[in-house]
Amino acid sequence: MPWLSILMAVPVLGAVGVACLPKGSHKPAKQLALLVSLVVLGLTVAMAVQFSPNGQRFQFTETHSWIPAFGVNYGLGVDGIALVLIALSAVLVPIVILASWHDTDGPAPDGRDDAPAPKRSAKTYFALLLVLEAMMIGVFAATDIFLFYVFFEAMLIPMYFMIGSYGGVQRSYAAVKFLLYSLFGGLLMLVAVIALYVVAEKNTFMFPELIGVVQDPTTQKWLFAGFFIAFAVKAPLWPFHTWLPDAAAQAPAGAAVLLVGVLDKVGTYGMLRFCLELFPDASKFFTPLVIVLSVVGIIYGAIVAIGQTDMKRLIAYTSISHFGFIALGVFAMTQNAQAGATLYMVNHGFSTGALFLIAGFLIHRRGSAQIADYGGVQKVAPLLAGAFLIAGLSGLALPGLSSFVSEFMVLIGTYERYAVPAIIGALGVILAAIYILWMYQRMMNGPTADSVKGFTDLNGREKWVVAPLIAAIIALGFFPKPVLDVINPAVDKTLDSAQVLDKQPASTAAEKKGAGQ
Amino acid sequence: MESPVEIVQHTGGAIGYSWLMIALPLLGAAILLLGGRRTDRWGHLLGVAMSLGAFAVAVASFVQLLALNPGERRRGIELFEFIPGMADLGVLIDPLSISFALLITGVGSLIHIYSIGYMSHDHDRRRFFAYLNLFVAAMLLLVLSDNYLGLFVGWEGVGLASYLLIGFWQFKPSAATAAKKAFVINRVGDFGLLIGIFTIWTTFGSLAFRDLGADVATQASEGTLTAIGLLLLVGACGKSAQLPLQAWLLDAMEGPTPVSALIHAATMVTAGVYLVVRSGAFFEAAPTAQLVVTIVGVATLLAGAIIGCAKDDIKKGLAGSTMSQIGYMMLGAGLGPAGYAFAIGHLITHGFFKANMFLGAGSVMHAMNDEVDMRRYGALFPVMKVTAVTFVIGYLAIIGFPLLSGYYTKEGIIETAMHHNPVLGWLAVLGAGLTGFYMSRMVFMTFFGKKRWADDAHPHESPAVMTVPLIILSIGSIGLGAFLVLGNRFATFLAPAVGTPAEMPEPHVFGVGPAALATLALVAAGAAFAWMRYGAAEVPVTAPRGSFLTTFARRDLYGDALNESLFMRPGQWLTRLSVFFDNRGIDGLVNGLAAGIGGTSGRLRRVQTGYVRSYALSIFFGAAVVVGALLYVGNM
Amino acid sequence: MTTHYLVLSALLFAIGAVGVLLRRNAIVVFMCVELMLNACNLAFVTFARQHGNLDGQLIAFFVMVVAAAEVVIGLAIIVMIFRTRRSASVDDANLLKY
Repeated sequence: MPWLSILMAVPVLGAVGVACLPKGSHKPAKQLALLVSLVVLGLTVAMAVQFSPNGQRFQFTETHSWIPAFGVNYGLGVDGIALVLIALSAVLVPIVILASWHDTDGPAPDGRDDAPAPKRSAKTYFALLLVLEAMMIGVFAATDIFLFYVFFEAMLIPMYFMIGSYGGVQRSYAAVKFLLYSLFGGLLMLVAVIALYVVAEKNTFMFPELIGVVQDPTTQKWLFAGFFIAFAVKAPLWPFHTWLPDAAAQAPAGAAVLLVGVLDKVGTYGMLRFCLELFPDASKFFTPLVIVLSVVGIIYGAIVAIGQTDMKRLIAYTSISHFGFIALGVFAMTQNAQAGATLYMVNHGFSTGALFLIAGFLIHRRGSAQIADYGGVQKVAPLLAGAFLIAGLSGLALPGLSSFVSEFMVLIGTYERYAVPAIIGALGVILAAIYILWMYQRMMNGPTADSVKGFTDLNGREKWVVAPLIAAIIALGFFPKPVLDVINPAVDKTLDSAQVLDKQPASTAAEKKGAGQ
Repeated sequence: MESPVEIVQHTGGAIGYSWLMIALPLLGAAILLLGGRRTDRWGHLLGVAMSLGAFAVAVASFVQLLALNPGERRRGIELFEFIPGMADLGVLIDPLSISFALLITGVGSLIHIYSIGYMSHDHDRRRFFAYLNLFVAAMLLLVLSDNYLGLFVGWEGVGLASYLLIGFWQFKPSAATAAKKAFVINRVGDFGLLIGIFTIWTTFGSLAFRDLGADVATQASEGTLTAIGLLLLVGACGKSAQLPLQAWLLDAMEGPTPVSALIHAATMVTAGVYLVVRSGAFFEAAPTAQLVVTIVGVATLLAGAIIGCAKDDIKKGLAGSTMSQIGYMMLGAGLGPAGYAFAIGHLITHGFFKANMFLGAGSVMHAMNDEVDMRRYGALFPVMKVTAVTFVIGYLAIIGFPLLSGYYTKEGIIETAMHHNPVLGWLAVLGAGLTGFYMSRMVFMTFFGKKRWADDAHPHESPAVMTVPLIILSIGSIGLGAFLVLGNRFATFLAPAVGTPAEMPEPHVFGVGPAALATLALVAAGAAFAWMRYGAAEVPVTAPRGSFLTTFARRDLYGDALNESLFMRPGQWLTRLSVFFDNRGIDGLVNGLAAGIGGTSGRLRRVQTGYVRSYALSIFFGAAVVVGALLYVGNM
Repeated sequence: MTTHYLVLSALLFAIGAVGVLLRRNAIVVFMCVELMLNACNLAFVTFARQHGNLDGQLIAFFVMVVAAAEVVIGLAIIVMIFRTRRSASVDDANLLKY
C-alpha cells in the first residue's frame, strides 16, 4: 500500500474539494478541512503502527521514474526521524485548523481601520492549509533529493499566501521577506543539488545511492555550503534569522504554528539527513563553525527575546534560541545529542505551537499582540493563563514537560564531546526562565488591566485545541521512550553514514554500559 | 570507616508500592487542577487525604525497612525507562530517603491540615491545595529517585511548585516578582547542578546512585571530582538559599504562610543538604569541595543570623533564621560521614520546630489581620495561649535550650566542626549566640512587652484545625532531638545509606565540653540582651534608623543591591543593545540590501519614458549592436 | 546582380526606420513599419533568388500574413485611441511608463 502517496494525496484532494465548495460557504469549508486533516492523522497513525524501528532503514518506500532524462525519481520512504516529523505535522494540522476557526472571520488581527481590508476567504485559507500539509509530508518523505528540493521550494507558496493575505498589518513586508530569504537559500541549494548530480555521475538523485559518493574534500565543502546555507536560513540559525520574527508575528497564529513548528524543522532535518550523510568530511570540517553559530543563536535569541514587547515576536525569538539547541545537537554528532535534537524538533513543535495558539486566543480577545496591553489575565481567565504557563514552562524546558528531555539529551550529548559549548548553551536555561516568566508575569499576573476585564476563559473549541497539545507535552515529558525508540535506530544509521566512529566518546561510559548489560 | 551498602533490587511489600508516595499527591494535584470549580467544595479534603495517604505509605515502607538487616536496607525499585540508554525512573528506599519521605509527608500533612483553616477565606483554596500536592509529589520524587536525572526532575518540580505558591496571590505585583525571582535564582543553581550531572555522566557513564558508590574515587581524577562537587554545590546553594544564591528566600515570604513553613523552612530548602549528603561519595573524595561546602555553610549561617537580627517582619526574621539553620546543616554535610547524621538530624528537627514557628507566625498573622510587622505586635501571650506556648517551645528548640530537639542536633554539628576545624567550630558557636539574640527578640516583640496593636486588631486564638498541628509539631520540637541523637540512634540507622565515620562519638545527655558551655553562655547572653532591648524596654512602633550595621542587615547584606548592579542592570543593558543590534544591525543590513536594490531599480526604470519612439530607437541601436557584433565575429 | 535589390531593400528599411523614429502620427508610424516589413520581404525574395530555393519566398508569405494581421489589430487600436483621446500622436499616448 503506497502509504506516503496516500498521505499526500488525501490533503491535496481535500484542498481541491474545499476550493470547489460554492462561494461563501465558510463553515462547510472549515468542517471539510478538519475532517480531511483528521483522516490524514488517522492514516498517519495507521502507518506509524506498522513501522518497525529496527527494520530496514527506509520503509514504505515508493520509487517511480519521474524525469528519466535526468534520472529524477518520485522516491518516497521514511526512517524514524522522518516518521516522527510527519507525525508531528499530521497532529498539528487538525489542531491548527480548529484553532483558526474564526481567524478568517471579521477584521484582521490587530488591524487598523486605515489598513486595507485583507482578503478573508475561509475557503482559500483552509485549502492552502491542506496543500501545505501535503507538502510538509512530502518534504519529509522524499528520498529523492530533487523531489525534496521541489517540495522544499513549493512549500513556500501556500505559506506565502497565508502570511501575505491573512496576516497582520505588515503582512506583505513579512511575506515577501520570508519568501525572498527562503528563495535565496533554496537557489543555493538548487545549485548544490545539480552539482551533486554532476559530480556523482550516477545519473540519479536518490539519496541512499548518493551517500559517500562525493569524495573530494574541496567539492564536499562547496556542496555542503550550498545545502547548509539553505537549511540555516530555513531553520533559522543566527545570523540568518531576522525573517522569522517578522513572519511569525505577522502570520495568523495557526500559520505561525506551522511555520515555526514544522516548516522550520525542514532546515534542521535537512542538516541531519543531507549535510551530515552526503558530506561527512565537510561536516566535520565545518562543525566548529556550526557549533559557534548554534551557541551564539541560543544565547542571542534568548537575550533578544527578553527585550521584546510583542508576544509573537518574543515566541519567535525563543524559537531561534531553541533552533540553536537543535543545530547544536545535530552537529555534536553523538548518539544522545542527535536523538535529543530529533526529539527536540517534535517537542518544540508542540510547545511553541501551544504558545502561538494561546497567544492567538489572547490576541483574538484583546486585539493586540503587545505584552503591555495585558495584565492580570490569570484572575479573569485562569484556564487560559494556566495553559499559557504550561506551554511556557515547556518552552523553558521544565523537567516533566517534553522539551526538558530533548534539551537535556542535546546538552549532555554535546557535553560528551564539546564541553564548553554545552556549558555556554546551558546558560540558555537561565535566560529561558527569564523570558518566559517575565512575559507571564507582565501578561497574566498583577492587577487586572481594564482592557482585560471582559475576557472570557477558554471556550469548548479552544479547550479542544489546547488539551491535546498539553497532553502531548506532559506525556512526552515523562515517557519519551516510544518516540525515542523510533528515533534512536535512525540516528544510529545517520551516524554510521556520517562516519562517526565513536558515538559515545567518553570511553569509560562505553565500558561501563557494556559491563552493565 | 565503612562505605554505604549496595543497593539491591526490591519486590513486594510496602516498599514495592512506595512509588505511590509520589503518585498519590500527583494524582491529587491533577484532579484538583483539571477538575476546576467542581472540586471546590471538597478539594482541600482530597489534598489532605492524598498527603496523608503518602504518609501512610511512607510509614509502611519505613516499618518494612526496619525489619530488614542493616546491610540490606537500600532497596531499589524500577518504575519505567525514562531516557533509554541513560536513566530510568526508579525509587530508592534507604534510610536517608525514607527519613526525608517521613519528614515531607508527616510535616507536609500537618501543614495541609493547618492550611484548611488558614486558607478558609481564600476563594482559590482548591488551587492552593493542588499546588501543595504538586509540591509534595515533586519533593518526594527528588528524595526518592534512584538517579540524578529523576532527582533533577523533582528538583525543578519543587522549584515550579515554589514558584506557583510564592506567587499564589499573583495579583500582588510583589508576589509575582518574588516568585519569578525565586525561580530564576534557582535556575542559576540548577545550571550548576545540570553541568554537574553532565560531568558525572561523561565521567562515569551512569547517573544511577547504585553505580556511583564509594569507588568513584578510583575512576576519576581528583580534579574532576572536585569539579563535580563544586557544581553540585552550586545547585545546592540555589535550592537551599546559601550564599551567594540566597537572595530569593526572603522575598519568597510573599507566599501564604503555610507555604513558607512547608517549602521555605521544612522541606524544599533543605534539598541542597540532601544533595550534598546523597553525593557524599564525590565530596569525600574531594577535600577541596568539602572545604568549600563548610565555608559556604558557615558564611550563610552567620549571614542569615545577622539578617534575622534586623528584620521587623516576623516571616522575614524566620526566613533569615532558616538560612542560618541550613547553613548549620551545610556545615555538617561538609564534614563527611561524621557530620551527616547530625546534618540530617538537624534538618529533621529543624523541619519540626521551624514549621512549628512558621505556622505559629501564621496563626498570629491570622489573628492580627495579616499584619507581619512585629513592632505592631506585643503582649499576645494572654490572647493566644496555644500559639504562644507552641511558638516558645519551637523557639527554645532552635536556640538550643538544653534537652530540647535543637540542642542535640546543633550541638552535634558544632562539636564535629570543632573537631574538624576549630575556626569553623567557633564561628558556628558565634552563630548560635546570634540565634539566641534574634529569636529571643522575635518572641519578646511578639508575645511579651506592651500592646502595640493597630486600632482595628482584635487578636483571637486560631481554630483547632490550626492549633492541633502546632501542638503535634511542638511535641516533635521537644523530644525528637534526644530520640535521634542519644545512643547514636539516627547515625546507626543512617549508616547503610551514607557510611560511617572512623569513630562514632558518644553523645551526652548534657554536654560539658568547652564548646557546649561556650555555646550555652553565648545563647544566654544573646537572650538576655534581647530581653534588655525588646522585653524590658519600650519597642518603638516605627523602626529607628539604627547604625550602619543595622541598615546593612536590614538590606539583606546588600545582596539584592549586588545582584542588581552586577547582573540585572548589565543584563538590561545587554538586552537593549542586542535588540537594537538585531533590528538595526542584522535586520538593518538585510533591509539595507533590499533598499539598495530597490533604489537602483527605481533609477533604472526612469528609462521607460513612455515614448514609443525612444523604445524604437533603443531597439534599433540594439539591433545595430547585434549586427555589428555578428559582423565582427564573422570577420574574425 | 541582385545587389541592387538588396540596396533598395536596405534603403526602404532605413526610410521606414527613420520614419518610425521621427514621425509622431501613429498612422504614419504604422505605414513606416509596413515599409520596413516590405523591405524585409524584398530582401527575402532577393535571397531566395540568389540561393535558388524557395525558402525566402515562403518566409515572405508568412511576413505578409503577419503584416496583415498586424494592420488589422494595430489600426483598430489606433482608431480606438483616436476616438478616446482625439489625437493620433504617439507622443500623447505615453501613459505606459515607469
